[in-house]
Amino acid sequence: MQSKYNIIKCCLAGLGLVLMVAALYLVFIYVPTDKHTGIIQRVFYFHVPLAWVSFLAFFIVFICGIFYLRRKTRTWDTIAHASAEVGIIFTTLVLITGPIWAKPVWGVWWTWDARLTATLVLWLAYIAYILVRNYAITKEQGARFAAVVGIVGFVDVPIVFLAVRLWRTQHPTTIVFEGGLTPAMLLTLLICIAAFTVLYILMVMQSNSLKSIEAELDSLSAVTRVD
Amino acid sequence: MKGIWVKIFAIFWKDLLSEFRTKEIITSILVFALLVLVIFNFAFDPETSVINMVASGILWVSLTFAGVLGLNRTFVSEKADAGLEGLMLCPVDRAAIYWGKLISSCVFILIVAFIITPIFLILLNLPLIVPRLALIIVLATLGFASVGTLFSALAINTRARDVMLPILFLPTVVPVIIAAVKATELVLESKPWGDMLVWIQIIVAFDIIYLVVSTLLFEHVIQE
Repeated sequence: MQSKYNIIKCCLAGLGLVLMVAALYLVFIYVPTDKHTGIIQRVFYFHVPLAWVSFLAFFIVFICGIFYLRRKTRTWDTIAHASAEVGIIFTTLVLITGPIWAKPVWGVWWTWDARLTATLVLWLAYIAYILVRNYAITKEQGARFAAVVGIVGFVDVPIVFLAVRLWRTQHPTTIVFEGGLTPAMLLTLLICIAAFTVLYILMVMQSNSLKSIEAELDSLSAVTRVD
Repeated sequence: MKGIWVKIFAIFWKDLLSEFRTKEIITSILVFALLVLVIFNFAFDPETSVINMVASGILWVSLTFAGVLGLNRTFVSEKADAGLEGLMLCPVDRAAIYWGKLISSCVFILIVAFIITPIFLILLNLPLIVPRLALIIVLATLGFASVGTLFSALAINTRARDVMLPILFLPTVVPVIIAAVKATELVLESKPWGDMLVWIQIIVAFDIIYLVVSTLLFEHVIQE
């Protein structure tokens, strides 16, 4: 079981490496520069995959949370926890790469656009997710509370999005390209998405095995303390 | 079905009774909300026209913070003398505990809101008779209490109970705050009903979604 898990992890690491190198090549050498926004548009190839992975990560947290509350199996909780941690890192990167792109293109670092606000609220909700877990009195309780926060936080995002979109209707919709994606750009974007998704899976698996080892260590030290 | 309402009412009545004997929650959040209003008058110069633009924001920041404080108290009083354990030992559904607590929180916040709002309107020289504002306050308070009761029960069982509730509560109620601020702004400008309808719809949608979600999740929060 353990060795099989490690083999999958190694395969994914290899695949991830190949995809990452390919993505870097495509982003910096292959893809043509966007004629309207210039060189800064290349941020897009990192920004969009990061955003996609963040939402995927929080969707996994949501689903695992529901399963954990139903079944009370620790595995669901470990996956949810790992996914939330990785999700926070990716969302942070989304919130950093976004302003870098927005400043030259929109002229401002930040605007309270629906997407931006929803992402920020999501990020705050998952910071709370991690905090709840840390401040809970027992591990089991922390897992239960975190699952509840994960579910509530995920349900909130579409409502936030809707509210902010109505609130700031005067804001133009996010236009990354005028005239859509050229095939070269689409290919680059897809490869980047694939690369980041593999990276996400790999990080969750790594964090997952770390957490299993921690749990094992906890149970061992509990045994020795009794003796 | 009738049985559960009796139980919900019993829990609500118990909270109401203990509140009218101690007057702990209502007095503390009333004073707090009033202070927030007063402090805001120092932050914005009340003589300028700026005040009309930020008025509804001031009201909702004050009500939101007062709400957090009130919701925090609902389970603090239960924690003393193992009241929560007593409640959990009662032969009632966990959902009944949630709804009982929800209704009592709603009533406490509403009492404060209906005292603080006229004061706010007087202090800022705004029109006094605004029945539509009452509707917004009732719906938004229900939204606050629906999530707040769930998170309050959760926060009370953590080590950082006072900080935990705002950290969980504030990001979640963002849609309610946006919609309430916007709707209040339209009401204070005496705009027609149609303009604010979309904001009322958002608050109602939030209320329904979170009443259902919290009812389902509550049992996982207070089980020991």
